[in-house]
Amino acid sequence: MIAPLRLVANLGRHTLEAVARIGVATRFFLATLLRSGTAFRRFGLTIREIYFAGVLSLIIILVSGLFVGMVLGLQGFETLQTYGSESALGVLVALSLVRELGPVVAALLFASRAGSAITAEIGLMKATEQLAAMEMMAVDPVARVVAPRFWAGVLSMPLLAALFSAMGIFGGYLVGVVLIGVDEGSFWSQMQAQVDFEEDILNGVIKSVVFGVAVTAIALFEGYDAPPTAEGVSRATTRTVVTSSLVILALDFVLTAFMFRGVG
Amino acid sequence: MSKAWLDLWVGLFVVAGIGALLFLALKVGNMSSVRMADSYQVSAHFDNIGGLKVRAPVKSAGVVVGRVTGISFDDKTYEAEVVLSLDQRYAFPKDTSASILTSGLLGEQYIGLEAGGDSVKLNNGDRVRLTQSAVVLENLIGQFLFSKAQEGASNETAQ
Repeated sequence: MIAPLRLVANLGRHTLEAVARIGVATRFFLATLLRSGTAFRRFGLTIREIYFAGVLSLIIILVSGLFVGMVLGLQGFETLQTYGSESALGVLVALSLVRELGPVVAALLFASRAGSAITAEIGLMKATEQLAAMEMMAVDPVARVVAPRFWAGVLSMPLLAALFSAMGIFGGYLVGVVLIGVDEGSFWSQMQAQVDFEEDILNGVIKSVVFGVAVTAIALFEGYDAPPTAEGVSRATTRTVVTSSLVILALDFVLTAFMFRGVG
Repeated sequence: MSKAWLDLWVGLFVVAGIGALLFLALKVGNMSSVRMADSYQVSAHFDNIGGLKVRAPVKSAGVVVGRVTGISFDDKTYEAEVVLSLDQRYAFPKDTSASILTSGLLGEQYIGLEAGGDSVKLNNGDRVRLTQSAVVLENLIGQFLFSKAQEGASNETAQ
């Protein structure tokens, strides 16, 4: 075949492979949902995974939340001061955290902290033929290994995002009120007047649940699909972090476009 | 790690997460403020509502007494019809006047209610008769320029 034609053929092959992979991933996701019974009947399995995905991510989430909030406080104060409206600092910190930064940054951290661990663990279970051994013993690896991790991730993500936002607002309070000296009363009262429970907080929670589903599903699929070699597992782990970060940011745009379209 | 410790940590995590959500809902958001389960609806017609938006506060003497719950255009009178939802705890006289005000120079717009002297109170579905439209900055500037131009013209004729 001549060179340009081969290029086109390569492109076609890659496209077909990518589409086929998305199809396999979707079927895997549906199978996880269908075989989730065990994850709830033996809830101990899920609790164990919540510990690994959620509790062990706490430190990084809380510390990052504190610092993000403190930076928001500093930068927001610098900008708002120009317009003489420092009292709106609380609104700025709370809205940016609850609407965007809380769910998105927490999900990014969750993807790199817990998502990569899930992929590596499942990939290694596959490489050492533990999953095949389970099948030999008539234990369904999707129900026993995959589904509990999926539900643990979905349950942990909104809690982590809420903790991140709360910690960030505390950080903004520390810098704004305690350090710089913005009036404490107007900091909280303007925040309460402007932040709406359904419009802002509930939409933030919905976002974090969606991100939780996306990140955990990607991490599980990459692990389950990884070539059973050391190199394959390492590549799958990298792909988990890259893919889920991109998916989080893209989904965030779509969700934001739907949620805050008519709000003003 | 034993199962008991695992359960304890996960329990603490869930409690902390729900605590953070409650903190967001009650301390950061406006869940704790008056939800106004009991309210009555009053409508008002304005020539121009400026930048007024749904959910803008309705204030009387600076206190929030309700919210704007609906804005629509009436193609019979070519006026804007604004529906106000007022807290049941506060009653206003029938001849109350409503005006669209701005909080601060660049702040959001809200509706200010000025109580009249009537002994009959506003009821659900009533209409506020006395209204004052929003001040539109462009119109103000236009009027100013117009009066300046007129001044200049009259000066010229005087000379």
